[in-house]
Amino acid sequence: MSVIPAFLNPAARRSSPEHSVPASASTARAGSTILLGLAVPSALLGLWWLVTDVLEIFSPVQLPAPQRVFDAGVGLAESGALAGHIGISVQRVLLGFAAGAAAGLLLGSLLGLSRIADRLLHPTVGAFRAVPSLAWVPLILLWVGLGEDGKVLLISIGAFFPVFTSVHSALRHVDPQLVEAGRAFGFHGIRLLGTVQLPAVVPPVFSGLRLALAQAWLFLVASELLGAAEGLGFLLTESQNNGRTDRLLLAIVILAILGKLTDALLGVVERKALKTWA
Amino acid sequence: MPSAPALEAVEAPAPVSAPASGPVSTGDSLAVEFRDVGRAFGSRTVLRGISLRADPGEVVAVLGASGCGKSTLLRAAAGLDAGCTGEIIIGNTPVGPYDPRTAVGFQEPRLLPWRSVRKNVQLGLPRGLSRAEGAARVDELLELVGLADRAHLRPREISGGMAQRASLARALARRPGVLLLDEPFGALDALTRLKMQDLLLDVHAQTGTTVLLVTHDVDEALQLADRILLLGADAGHPEAGATVQQLLSVPGSRPRDRASAELAQLRGSLYAGLGVDSH
Repeated sequence: MSVIPAFLNPAARRSSPEHSVPASASTARAGSTILLGLAVPSALLGLWWLVTDVLEIFSPVQLPAPQRVFDAGVGLAESGALAGHIGISVQRVLLGFAAGAAAGLLLGSLLGLSRIADRLLHPTVGAFRAVPSLAWVPLILLWVGLGEDGKVLLISIGAFFPVFTSVHSALRHVDPQLVEAGRAFGFHGIRLLGTVQLPAVVPPVFSGLRLALAQAWLFLVASELLGAAEGLGFLLTESQNNGRTDRLLLAIVILAILGKLTDALLGVVERKALKTWA
Repeated sequence: MPSAPALEAVEAPAPVSAPASGPVSTGDSLAVEFRDVGRAFGSRTVLRGISLRADPGEVVAVLGASGCGKSTLLRAAAGLDAGCTGEIIIGNTPVGPYDPRTAVGFQEPRLLPWRSVRKNVQLGLPRGLSRAEGAARVDELLELVGLADRAHLRPREISGGMAQRASLARALARRPGVLLLDEPFGALDALTRLKMQDLLLDVHAQTGTTVLLVTHDVDEALQLADRILLLGADAGHPEAGATVQQLLSVPGSRPRDRASAELAQLRGSLYAGLGVDSH
């Protein structure tokens, strides 16, 4: 995914077609989009069922049938454990994402708007970005421990960089002609920021936020694999140790659904924002 | 639905021949005076020794070849460029940074793409105007430039000519003492350009504001200006920078007959000054 999307190019913005579609047609199209999007997952589910229940190519330990994964889910849900795993994981992701995204927005804005701050801090931030984020794990273990704080910290590190990079580069690339026009009509400082610069970067900031959310889920699983007593990552390792492939697959499916769901929620907010600002 | 520029030109507003008592109230038009103005970028001299006084209410066209420093001169008068030598006086005091007594119509419309036409025009309103006053003024201006029924659209949904009209309305919203136009019609098709020139004459008749118009179009200058300043480098010395080559008054009151013989003669002399054979 490109961090500097085509919208920054006025010609590309101009050509966006979404404005002339009547409401009924767009509802119908949304319906068919959902149906089309479900086609491949349904086919995969069918294939999965075929190679397990019907053809019995794989043993249940290698690859349990869809029904058994579902049953495992029901079993865990009835004991209340599933809700606990999901709850704590979602909480960690949301906290880490919120902290990382907020820090990314703040630092990205500062460096994107102030030339001095950019020259002073960008090499340093760039160097930190060059460190693969998982390399911080041993240090976090030593300094913070991999309790709740350490996990949220690791997730926020993962969420920080996509937001920082997109905000920073988008603010650097706001059309200087628009900024000059704003100044010529008496806008400066915070009013110029609110009138011209921030609205101009809404679309790339959202693509950064969506990347950051995906990163947050990635780092959640990483942190829970490394050590946890609860959570979906813990469910993965525990199931692997107990040979419960059905639960293992259940955790993966739940991660897919949660990831997609949170991304879709962010997408709804994004569409609202784009309607206002783009 | 964006409409084609050619279509839009046909539905451009009918010329309003109302005199200064029209619906748009006038601000105080101001004189603008250049005193020995020069500009260099590094070691490259672009402008030198430019002196000119435009009286309040006058329309002066600054004519010159591409890249001769016309826009630089205009930007200096708007307070968008602080690097000039010499003095630029607006009214009785020197021009300030982003001077609120001036308003610029840029070569590109430079509308904020996420705001409606109406909200873009609103951007030009001066500070401290009440909400109702501001709304009334925006309504007047939208009416004046013929965009009242397109006011709710976004810039990408209107044609290039309409966007330029919105940009003009935005510049007029602060009732500038001096209106600075930087090739505002340069990117439009020929038919739309003629309509826009008529619109500018209407606007000038109604507001009486001083206009400094940068253009490379000889006919546009002849059609719109009281006086024409021909800017260019001295023959054989392009490195010395551009300065005033000719300053001539255009005879006849506006709107002028585009085909008059008198203008044809001036046209020939201006083309010669631009180094183009007028055939």
